[in-house]
Amino acid sequence: MEPMEIAERLRSEFPEEVLQSYTHQGQTAVLVRPERIVAMLRWLRDTDDLRMNHLRSLCGVDNSRRKDPGLTRFEVVYNLYSIPHRHEIRLRAEVGAEDPVIDSVVELWSAADWMERETFDLMGIEFANHPDLRRVLLPDDWQGHPLRKEYPLKGEVEWAGMTELLEKVKELDQYGFQPDGNEQTSSGPSKEDK
Amino acid sequence: MTRPIRQRLEVPVAGGDGERYSLRMGPQHPATHGVLRVDLELDGETIVECTPQVGYLHRGFEKLAETKTYAQGLILTDRLDYIAAMANNVGYCVAVERLLDIPVPMRAKYIRTIVAEMSRLCSHLLWLATHALDIGAMTVFLYCFREREVLLDLFEELCGARLTFSYPRIGGVRQDVTGSFIDELQRFIDIFPSRIAEYETLIDTNRIWLKRTVGIGKITGEEALDLGLTGACLRGSGVDYDIRKHQPYDAYDQVEFAVPLGSEGDVYARYRCRIEEMHQSIRIIQQCIDQLPPGPIVDPDAPDLVMPIKAQTTIQAGRSEYGTGLIRLLRDENIYITGDVYVATEVPKGELGFYFISDGNNRPYRMHIRSPSFIHIGALSQIARGELIADLIANIGSLDVVLGESDR
Amino acid sequence: MNILLMLVWIIILFCVVMLHVAYATYFERKIIGRMQVRMGPMRVGWYGLLQPIADGIKSFFKEDIVPDRADKPVFLMAPIICLVAMMASLAVLPFAKGWVLADIDIGLLFIFAMSGLASYGIVLAGWSSNSKYSFLGGLRSMAQVISYEVAMGLSLVGVMLMAGSLNLTEIVEAQGDSFLGMYLMPQCIGFFVFFVSMLAETNRVPFDLPEAETELVSGYSTEYSGMRYAMFFMAEYIGMMVMASIGTVCFLGGWNGPFPVPFFPPLWFVLKVYMFMFIFIWIRATLPRYRYDQLMGLGWKLLIPVALGNIVLTAFMKAIIG
Repeated sequence: MEPMEIAERLRSEFPEEVLQSYTHQGQTAVLVRPERIVAMLRWLRDTDDLRMNHLRSLCGVDNSRRKDPGLTRFEVVYNLYSIPHRHEIRLRAEVGAEDPVIDSVVELWSAADWMERETFDLMGIEFANHPDLRRVLLPDDWQGHPLRKEYPLKGEVEWAGMTELLEKVKELDQYGFQPDGNEQTSSGPSKEDK
Repeated sequence: MTRPIRQRLEVPVAGGDGERYSLRMGPQHPATHGVLRVDLELDGETIVECTPQVGYLHRGFEKLAETKTYAQGLILTDRLDYIAAMANNVGYCVAVERLLDIPVPMRAKYIRTIVAEMSRLCSHLLWLATHALDIGAMTVFLYCFREREVLLDLFEELCGARLTFSYPRIGGVRQDVTGSFIDELQRFIDIFPSRIAEYETLIDTNRIWLKRTVGIGKITGEEALDLGLTGACLRGSGVDYDIRKHQPYDAYDQVEFAVPLGSEGDVYARYRCRIEEMHQSIRIIQQCIDQLPPGPIVDPDAPDLVMPIKAQTTIQAGRSEYGTGLIRLLRDENIYITGDVYVATEVPKGELGFYFISDGNNRPYRMHIRSPSFIHIGALSQIARGELIADLIANIGSLDVVLGESDR
Repeated sequence: MNILLMLVWIIILFCVVMLHVAYATYFERKIIGRMQVRMGPMRVGWYGLLQPIADGIKSFFKEDIVPDRADKPVFLMAPIICLVAMMASLAVLPFAKGWVLADIDIGLLFIFAMSGLASYGIVLAGWSSNSKYSFLGGLRSMAQVISYEVAMGLSLVGVMLMAGSLNLTEIVEAQGDSFLGMYLMPQCIGFFVFFVSMLAETNRVPFDLPEAETELVSGYSTEYSGMRYAMFFMAEYIGMMVMASIGTVCFLGGWNGPFPVPFFPPLWFVLKVYMFMFIFIWIRATLPRYRYDQLMGLGWKLLIPVALGNIVLTAFMKAIIG
C-alpha cells in the first residue's frame, strides 16, 4: 500500500489524534497526539491489510532547538514496517515539556521493552505501564539524560561512581598499596591530590 | 495473538528444591563476547531468572553524532559493530544519501555491495569461530580465522585498514578497486565453498554438536517478531525478512541471491541459516565482480566534508575526480534539506537502522541507531529462561551479539 | 638397605614421570597445533623443545594468590591431594616384567581408590575457593566422577573375570594366549566403555565440564595461580598417563609386543601409552563439549547397562569355554 494511503486510513480511523502527515524522500510520517498511541499502534498492527507487525525502531527526539515552529518539546518516534505487505510508516507522537510521559507499547511488542528503557535512559521520557523502567545503558545513579539538547557536551562534575573509585584508591594508598614501577608510569589521582 | 514465550516468564521453572543462588556472568567472561554482563538466578544449573546488563561500552554515539558533520559521523559507525565495520559504513552512507538525496554512481554501488558482503563473511566467520569455541569445538575456531585473515588482508589492500575501514563515503567510495584486489578476491571465493564444507564436516555430522544445538533456545516466528529479532535469528524461525530483498539498496536489486530460511527456530536452525548466508554472499560477490561497471566512484556533486584542507587543494589542482560540489558544500553550511528519514540495511547481525533528522544544518539534528545487538540482548532473558547455563552460552553465541553495537 | 633401594627407585620413577608429563604438554601442543593449521610452540629452544621447562620455571616463580575469603588450609591442601593421589597410582603400574614398584595383589582396586581420592582434591578445591564458578566446577566434577567411576569399574570386571586376578602383572601375563596377546578383541565392549569413561575420568574433551572455560571460566581451578595451578595441571596429565597405562595393561597386552626389545623392555608399553595420549589429543581437537545433563544421561543410561551386559556375557562365555 502506498504510504500516504496508510496515513489517510489512519486519519479516518483516528480523526482526533492525527495532526499532520507529510512525505520526505518517499517516507511518510504522521504527527499524532500521544493519548491513544497504544490503540493506534494496535490498530496498525492488527488490521488485516496493514499488518504492521515489525516495530523497527522507537526513539525519543528533543525538539527544543529545532527550527520548525509549533513542535512540542519532545516526541517519540515509532518506525513501523509490515513484513507481509512490505510497507512502512512513521508515527511521531508529541510529548510535552513538563513531565514527559507516554503510554508504553510493551504489551504490543516485547522488543519495545529495551527500546523504551533506552529512550527513558537517554532522553528522560517516561513510559507509563512499562514493566521495568530502569536505566539501561548508563549507571543507575547517573544524573540527567544525555540526549537532551541542554545536556552539556563536557561534564562539569565527575560522575559519583568515579569519585567513589578515587576515594577508594586514596584509602588503599594509606596502607602502602604501591605496586612496583608505579612511580614512572602512573598518573595516579593520589599524586594530583598531593 | 498468542505468545507462549511471554507466558514462560510467569511459569515457575521446574527442578531442584527451590534453593536459589545468583551468579554474575561477565563482564569479564570468555563466553559473553565482550563486556556483556548477565545476572543469573540459578537453581542448580537451571536458569530461573536471567537479567542482561549492558552499557559497559557506551560511548554516546548518538549525542556525538549531533556535534559532527555528516561526513565526520561516518567514523563513529566503524566502532559500532567492529567485526563488520564495512557493513555499518555502508548502512550509514545509504541513510545519509537517502536523507540528502545524493546520487551514487553505479560502480560505487557495486563496490559497496562487494565490501558489505565481504564483511558479512568476516562477521559470520568470527561468529562461527566463537560459537563453536563456546560449545567446545576448538579447531573450528582456528579454521575460521584462517579464512578471515584472507578477507582482512583483502580489506587492507583495498583501504589500508583491517578493522575500522571508513572506506565507503557519502556518495560513493574512497578509492577505486585495483585489479589485483579483484584477482585475489576471485581466488578467495573460488576456494571458500570448500572451506565451508570443511567446517561442516567438523560440526554438522557431529552428534555432540547436534545434541547441544537442536531444540535449544527455540523461538517461533511470531515470538521472534514480538521480540524484535532480525537477521538470521528471525529467518531461523522461518520469517522471510531480509532488507536486501524487501527494500534493496546499493546493487542488491541487480544481483540474484536466495534468502535462506529455517523452520525450527533453535540454535541449530540459526546456525544453518548463517552457513547458507555465507554461500549466498559468495554468489553475490561473484555476480558483482562479473558485472562491475566502469565509471566514476564518487558522484561529482557529492559532499564529502571529511576531506581535510590539504585534500581540497589537490582537488583544486585538478588531481582528483572529486567534483566541485564538495568544495561548495564545505563553504556553505545551510544548504541541506530539512526532514527525517529512517533507512535500514541488512548487516550481518540483523537490521541496522539509522534514523536521521535534519533541520538544514550540516550536522544531523538527531541520529538514532537501531542496533540489532541491543534488541537481541534484550530478548535474551526470555529465551534463556528455564534452560541450563551451558545452553545460555549456546544462546548468546547464536544470537550473535556485538557489544560495541549494542551499547553505542 | 632394601628401603634405600626402594627410595632410589621411587625418585627415578618420579623424575621420569615428571619429564614425561612435561613433554606430554609439549606433545599435546604440537599435535593440536598441527591439527589446527598452526605451529604450536616454536620459540623456546629448537622447535620449542624447551617450552615445557620454561613453563615449569615460570609457574614455579609466580605469585601464589589465595583469595581473601577462601578456606585457607583446604585451599592450600587441595592440589596436593590431587597430585599425591595421582602419583601414588604410579607405584603399582607394571612398565615391564618386574619393572614395578609395588606388585600388590589388588593393583587395579588400588588405582580406582586413588583416582577416587584425586576427585576429592577437585571437589575440595571448588569448595574452598569460595567462588561460585569454582563451586559449580567442583560439583560437576563430583557428579561426573561418581557416575563414571561406576561405569569404569564395571567395564574392567570383564578383564578381571578373564584374567582371574586383580594384580596388574598377572593380568598382562594372562593375556598372552588370547588373540594378538591382547584382551582388546574378546573385551571390545568393555574396552569401549572403558575408553569413554577414561575420557570422563580425566576431565578431557568432550567431558571437560568441570573446567569448561567458556562456561565456568576453568571451573575448580579458577582461583588458583602459580605452582598450585601447575599441580592441578600435572595431576591431570599424570591422570591421563595412569588411565592410558591401565588401558594398555588391561586391554592392549601391557609390555608385550610383536617381538621383545632388548635393553629397554618397556618400549611397547610406552608406545601404547603414547598412542592413547595421541587419541586423547585427537579427540580434543575434534569434538565439542557435552552438556551436564547429557553427560549424566550417557553415563547412567548407556555406559553402565552396556558394561553390565558385558559382565554377564563374559561370565557366560567363560563358563562355557573354561
